[in-house]
Amino acid sequence: MAPIIRAERLELYYGTHPALRGITMDLPANQITALIGPSGCGKSTFLRTLDRMNDLVPTVSIRGRVLYRGEDIYAPGRDVTALRKQIGMVFQKANPFPMSIYDNVAYGPRTHGIRDRGRLDAIVEESLRGAAIWDEVRDRLKKSALGLSGGQQQRLCIARALAVEPDVLLMDEATSALDPISAARIEELILELKQRYTIIMVTHNLQQAARVSDRTAFFLLGEVIEYGPTGQLFSMPRDKRTEEYITGRFG
Amino acid sequence: MSRLSPRRRAYDMAVRALLYGSTLLTCGLLLALIGYILYRGVPGISWAFLTTADSVLQGTVGILPSIRNTIYVILASLALVLPLGVGAAVYLTEYARNRRLVGAIEFATEILAGIPSILYALVGAVVFCQVLGLGKTLLAGSLTLVIMTLPTIIRTTQVSLRTVPQSYREGALGLGSGKWHMIRTVVLPGSLSGIVTGCILAVGRIVGESAVLLYTAGLSTMMQDFSTIEALMRSSGATLTVALYVYAKERADLAAAFSVATVLLALTALINLAAGLVGRKHS
Amino acid sequence: MRRRRPVETVMSAVFLLCGLVAVAFVLLITVYLVLSGLPAIRQVGLREFLFGTTWASTHATQPQFGILPLILTSIYGTAGAIVLGVPVGFFTAVYLAKAAPAPVAAVVRPAVQLLAGIPSVVYGLVGMTVLVPWVQRTFRLSAGDSLFASIIVLAVMILPSVISVSENALRAVPKEFEEASLALGATRLETYLRVSAPAARSGIATAVVLGVGRAIGEAMAILMVAGNAANMPSLFESVRFLTTGIAIELNYAAVGSLQRMALYSIGLVLFLFILLLNALLGLVLREGVDR
Repeated sequence: MAPIIRAERLELYYGTHPALRGITMDLPANQITALIGPSGCGKSTFLRTLDRMNDLVPTVSIRGRVLYRGEDIYAPGRDVTALRKQIGMVFQKANPFPMSIYDNVAYGPRTHGIRDRGRLDAIVEESLRGAAIWDEVRDRLKKSALGLSGGQQQRLCIARALAVEPDVLLMDEATSALDPISAARIEELILELKQRYTIIMVTHNLQQAARVSDRTAFFLLGEVIEYGPTGQLFSMPRDKRTEEYITGRFG
Repeated sequence: MSRLSPRRRAYDMAVRALLYGSTLLTCGLLLALIGYILYRGVPGISWAFLTTADSVLQGTVGILPSIRNTIYVILASLALVLPLGVGAAVYLTEYARNRRLVGAIEFATEILAGIPSILYALVGAVVFCQVLGLGKTLLAGSLTLVIMTLPTIIRTTQVSLRTVPQSYREGALGLGSGKWHMIRTVVLPGSLSGIVTGCILAVGRIVGESAVLLYTAGLSTMMQDFSTIEALMRSSGATLTVALYVYAKERADLAAAFSVATVLLALTALINLAAGLVGRKHS
Repeated sequence: MRRRRPVETVMSAVFLLCGLVAVAFVLLITVYLVLSGLPAIRQVGLREFLFGTTWASTHATQPQFGILPLILTSIYGTAGAIVLGVPVGFFTAVYLAKAAPAPVAAVVRPAVQLLAGIPSVVYGLVGMTVLVPWVQRTFRLSAGDSLFASIIVLAVMILPSVISVSENALRAVPKEFEEASLALGATRLETYLRVSAPAARSGIATAVVLGVGRAIGEAMAILMVAGNAANMPSLFESVRFLTTGIAIELNYAAVGSLQRMALYSIGLVLFLFILLLNALLGLVLREGVDR
């Protein structure tokens, strides 16, 4: 199966400090890939290079290539907004806009030019259903999103990301700020979403990676130490450092 | 790869044009303002202009009296408003326990900050000039300005008092010093730069103020006698802003008015610079 | 336990007194404005005073004290300044808070502060020597002193406070909101206007209210460009504001005369406007906290 995203010798520097040191990696479609590793290992940085969110940091420089469906996303003249429409992102801290629930979900479609009320209604409902939160908010769509609980806010953010019909969902420790029950609901949701989306998630929670993902990559000091099917990586790691990390000896 | 839709591209361009256009307009206005004032004002500025009084006989203009009056008003106002304002701020941050009283004082400060200067002029003209019998004098003007600048001093002092770490206070009190001693030796020195900033802002307001002084301090551009306390109490005259108004409106001497404007512009720039420097040191 | 030292008692009383002074000043101003403002209103009649359309305070036989032209001029003038000044100020603030490269912002910000610090008589002087003749020429008027010229001067004068207050509000918008919007494929500019600005709306509303306060309270600058005839307001007519209505006559109205007392009454009306604005500001800020 052809990879949907491929990184080739990707290097990233904050000023002169290297954060990613030559990463080459194929990410297959319709699978869940987990990125694990100790804090500061580059896994979140890598995730953010995939939809060019690092562009926002002024001192960042990047070498190498990231191919999305065979095209380099860092090629000159590449439209970042179209890229980010196709590759959605869910952040560690739920960040709904200070607007109504409806307006949060409709924000993306409206931005991309959908004005028709009926179509927006349909997209909002479908996205909220897709994020398994429709039943909880259907009666309060016009209420502020900031009145939702933390877990609900995060599912709303997932719905908001789904509403622009992305191809790939990047999740940056999307459950780390939540209580265990809310986190479990989001995990279930991720497993369901896999049918339609390619999901790449950064997580600190090794059990979560083992439970949810198909493939896992272990990052250390800006390099991918080991990358393979999740079962294999957790049961028979090939690299000593991977073994030490997953058995909790460092990190 | 799809590019931004034409509609969104147009939106982006329009917003960009608005942002740049507005900023350019703001900066352009300022530059034009400064340029024009300097163009018309600088030629009239000379050593004699700054160091003499108007002379009807020689037909020359000099703003020394206005400069002296301005300095008088600044010093007299600050001498009163500084202890009052700092004291009020100390009360609010260090002493007050009664929330309703704190609320009342802060509310009053807000109201004072929002009152337009023409109303201060009206009140000053009656309370100080008439009722207290001071007449139109620099003293009456200064007293009115005390009320006007009080909120500035209270607020900036309050803000800087809050930045003094609680641990300093506890440290001082823990060593057995009394509250007043603690305030005098730890809290006030720790917030000095904030108090200085407040003073600079107050000076800025006083230098720029005209309505209050026009109606409470007088219009004379003659040299005042500052030699004795009694003379100080009685002197009456125009500060720089009032002098500008008098030259422009009553004597139709626009050249002199623009030269005064140039001096005021330089003072404003200096005051902003000073406030910026102290503020930077503070943070 | 040691007894409290006397100096402590004295000093805490002194500080309390300082705190009370601000309250006393407000009471003094309020009481004074009410007491000295009411007699003329009583004499003229509230309805005649507020809704009378003729202000002829110095008429030898039949002085008239209707301040409707002054009230309307103040309202129109302020509204005009807001309509012109707020958009320019808002977009400048967005540029400074979000889009400006650091070195550019480092130059523009002090420039805005300088604009804020320039004394109002200086604005008046330039308005009177440049703007007024220009208005006269451009619109082929017999005189350029007008509501229009006043509105332009006021618009420029409210710019700095609108810019700096909005800029602070925009900077306080959490970065997460903007990141989320960008991640959905919005451009930066779309993000600033559709996410950052709504998120900062209470701060921006505060900026507008402060702008209104500055415009409605300004006296000296417009005294020099408004023409000061108490006409019912019209864009190219000579007009008199509440503030300039006081300013123009205060120095020569005889103490104790009805004319002078009527000036105090105008002051009272202006004061009520300002209190109303303060209440509005409180409301805006409270809404900001609730959100």
